[in-house]
Amino acid sequence: MALISANNLTIGYDGHPVLSNLNFEINAGDYFCIVGENGSGKTTLMKTILGLQQPISGAIEFGEGLAKNQIGYLPQQTDVQRDFPASVYEIVLSGCQNALGKKFFYSKEQKALALSNIKKMGIEHLKDRCYRELSGGQQQRVLLARALCATQRALLLDEPVAGLDPNVTAEMYELIKQLNDDGLTIIMISHDIQNVQGYANRIYDVAEEV
Amino acid sequence: MIDKLILYLSFPYVRYAIIVAVLIALCSSLLGVTLVLKRYSYIGDGLSHVAFGALAIATVLNYTNRMVIVLPLTIISAILLLRKGQNTKVKGDAAIAMISVGALAFGYLIMNLFPSSANVSGDVCSTLFGSTSLLTLSANEVFISGVLAIVVVGIFILFYNKIFAITFDENFANAVGTNVGFYNLLIATVIAIIIVLAMNLVGSLLMSALVIFPALSAMSIFKSFKRVIIFAAISSVIGALTGLLVSILVGTPVGSTIVAVDVVMFFVCYVIGKVKG
Ligand SMILES: Nc1ncnc2c1ncn2[C@@H]1O[C@H](COP(=O)(O)OP(=O)(O)O)[C@@H](O)[C@H]1O
Ligand SMILES: [Mg+2]
Repeated sequence: MALISANNLTIGYDGHPVLSNLNFEINAGDYFCIVGENGSGKTTLMKTILGLQQPISGAIEFGEGLAKNQIGYLPQQTDVQRDFPASVYEIVLSGCQNALGKKFFYSKEQKALALSNIKKMGIEHLKDRCYRELSGGQQQRVLLARALCATQRALLLDEPVAGLDPNVTAEMYELIKQLNDDGLTIIMISHDIQNVQGYANRIYDVAEEV
Repeated sequence: MIDKLILYLSFPYVRYAIIVAVLIALCSSLLGVTLVLKRYSYIGDGLSHVAFGALAIATVLNYTNRMVIVLPLTIISAILLLRKGQNTKVKGDAAIAMISVGALAFGYLIMNLFPSSANVSGDVCSTLFGSTSLLTLSANEVFISGVLAIVVVGIFILFYNKIFAITFDENFANAVGTNVGFYNLLIATVIAIIIVLAMNLVGSLLMSALVIFPALSAMSIFKSFKRVIIFAAISSVIGALTGLLVSILVGTPVGSTIVAVDVVMFFVCYVIGKVKG
C-alpha cells in the first residue's frame, strides 16, 4: 500500500471545485513534485492532503501507519510571520509541538532535536536572531528546520524556493535532496519544472488531470 | 503627600486593591501580543462594548456580584465573534460592529430607563472610563478579580508553547495535528476574562489600551517571543503601579492615569527601538 493515495479526489472551496478527479499514489521514499500554473490549485491540494480543508468528494488515504503527527510542513509564508518577534530557536522548537502530547513543556530531547536540526540546516550562527530580520533564504531554512522537528517520515513543501535568488534556490534544492537521500518522503510544490526535474523521481502536473 | 500615601496604605483593603490591580495588569499584558499579532485587536474592542452592555444589565438588576452576569456573556460573545471572524473576514467585521455598537446603545438605554442610582451619568462614566478610584469596587469583585487573574496567568504559563505555536503559524500547527480549534477557544475565553478584568480596572473604553500598549512597547524593542512577553508583563505592572500611586496622590482617575503611563512608556520604547535599529 502507498504512503499517501488520492482516489477520485475533487478539491475546492465552498463546493466549487478547483481540481477534479485526481488520482495518484505517493510511495515511501518518493520525491514527489506537484507542478502547475499559478492559481491552478497546488496549495489547495496540499492543504487537503494535510487535512487543513475537506475534499469536496473522494478521499486522501494514509497508508503504512502514517499518522498526522509524523508529517512536517513548510507552508507558503503568511503576512503575520513577517513582523513576528520570535527567535530562530523558538520557531524551530515549535516544530516539536506534535510530540508534546499531553505535556506542557518541551523535554531535553526535544530541545536537542531542535538544535540538531538548526545545525543540519547550517543556521547555527542565527540561533538567537530574530526571524523577521533574516533574509528570505535564511527564513526558509528556519521553517525547514522546524518542519524537520515535526517529522521522521514525510515532508510537504509549498513553493520552498519562491522569491529566492538563483544561488540560494540551488542550495535549497540540494538541502531537500539530501533529506530525501536520508530517507524522508518529499512532497513538494513548485512551478519551475526545469529545476525540479533533476531531483524529483515523480512529477505530477495538476493541469494534465483536468 | 507621602503622609497621604502612608495613610492609604495602612488600610489592608487598599493593599489588596493594589495587589489585584497589579495582577490584572500582568495578565492583561500576556495575551496582548497574541491579540496584536493575530489581528484580534478588533475583537477585543468589540468585546469591551459587550461587557459594557452586560455590566449595564447587571447594574440595573442590582446584582451584588455583577461578574456573574458579565463574565459568561462576554465569554459567549468572544467565542461567537471568533467563529464569525474565521468564516468570512468581512462579515465577521460587520458582526462585531453590530454586536458591539448594539450592546453599547442598549447598555446606555437600560441604564437611563432603570436608573439604579441618582447619578446615571456618573455610573455610565465609570463603566466607560473605570472607577474614579479602585476603592469603589466591592470586596467580592476584588476577590474574584484576584482569583481570575491568577487563573489566567496559570493557563498562560501552562499553554505557553501551544499559544506561541498557534500565534506564529496556525496552519502549521493544524497540519502537524495540534488541536487548533480547542486552543483558539481557550484563547478566546481567556481574552474575554481579561477584558472583564481590565474593565474593572480602567473601564471598557480604555481596556484595549491596557491590553495592547504593553505588547506594542515590548515588540518595538525585543526580538524573541519570550522576552517580548516578559517585558510586556513588566512594563504593564510598572504602568499599573505608577498610575495607581499617581492617582492616589494627585487624585486623578485610576484608569486614565494608568493608560497615560502606558502610552508614555510606549513612546519611550518606540524611540529606543528606533535608535537601537
Ligand atoms: N480561501 C479560498 N477561498 C476561495 N477560493 C480560493 C481560496 N484560496 C484559493 N482559492 C482559489 O483557488 C484556486 C487555486 O488556488 P491555489 O491552490 O492557492 O493555487 P496555487 O497554489 O496552485 O497557486 C485559485 O483560483 C484561488 O483563487
Ligand atoms: Mg500556492
